[in-house]
Amino acid sequence: MGVMKRMSGILQAKTNKLLDKAEDPRESLDLSYQKLLENLQKVRRSVADVTTAKKRIELQATQLQSQGDKLQQQAKDALSQNREDLAREALARRAAIAPQLAELQTQHQQVADQEAKLITTAQNLQAQVDAFRTKKETMKATYTAAEAQTKIGEAVSGISESMGDAGMSVQRAQDKIDSMQARAGAMDELLASGALTDLANPVDDIQAQLDQVSSASTVDADLAALKAEIGAGVPAQLGAAEEAPAGGESESPK
Amino acid sequence: MIVRILGEGQFDVPETDKGHLGELEAQLNAAVDGDDDDAFGSALASVITEVRNVGTLLPPDSFTSSDLVVPFSDATLAETKALLDEPGGERS
Repeated sequence: MGVMKRMSGILQAKTNKLLDKAEDPRESLDLSYQKLLENLQKVRRSVADVTTAKKRIELQATQLQSQGDKLQQQAKDALSQNREDLAREALARRAAIAPQLAELQTQHQQVADQEAKLITTAQNLQAQVDAFRTKKETMKATYTAAEAQTKIGEAVSGISESMGDAGMSVQRAQDKIDSMQARAGAMDELLASGALTDLANPVDDIQAQLDQVSSASTVDADLAALKAEIGAGVPAQLGAAEEAPAGGESESPK
Repeated sequence: MIVRILGEGQFDVPETDKGHLGELEAQLNAAVDGDDDDAFGSALASVITEVRNVGTLLPPDSFTSSDLVVPFSDATLAETKALLDEPGGERS
């Protein structure tokens, strides 16, 4: 037996369970309608779950992107301060972000695909709910119990098959989200830990070193100014970093 | 002949196209039996393209069962094999 026939058997097996409950075939119409409504709700919830997962990935991608931009800027700053070692470190970290970002983009695509599929599933089910609502009443009114046996049985197994399909779509989307959940959690931790550069704390280690270089050069300038003052015997103006000198000694003589 | 593509809907495929669809399905079967990922992907794509092309999408109020069921268009071989192990999927 071929794959497609076997798949049909699987779907039948899944849906027969739904049908077993009703005694009177006409009763099974109402039961099917009820199930169809529940199914639609389930698919809608699943769409919401998938959308949430997609947003989370988008947020992470945005954060990673801004980490990358920041590292790029830090590399520039480091180079302008002649700190090639720091620039190298910043660029290395930036390079490490690229594959993470690519991975997130792949995940995003997968989740977006699931979302699109589920939305189609929800639309199809909604159309079936609308059509079945009137059809089941017509069928109940038209068929005698004997006729109903086959006609209704056919309609109900058709409906059940759609629900089986929808159920599998939901399960599939859920599995995808679940498998991403662990990785998404790890990514959140990575982003929060500052292992890349710390978002929570704007002054990360590369930035701290750059600041240090910057303040060191101010000190150098001040030192040079002091040396010049002593050498010339005339007090010199201190560096630009000096704001309000504490004592009066460094004031210019009147 | 009614063919369902999972996650997509049901198609009415004319009996005259049954033969060609059968040939394409044979490739799908071979890929599953041979555990060949790449062959599975391309065979599945061919089957789906064929069903979409020659079949007519049934309206939502048709309420009928399908004769054949095609896996989700982005199904993997592993996923399909796992599904085929479920009740109802016996080769018989």
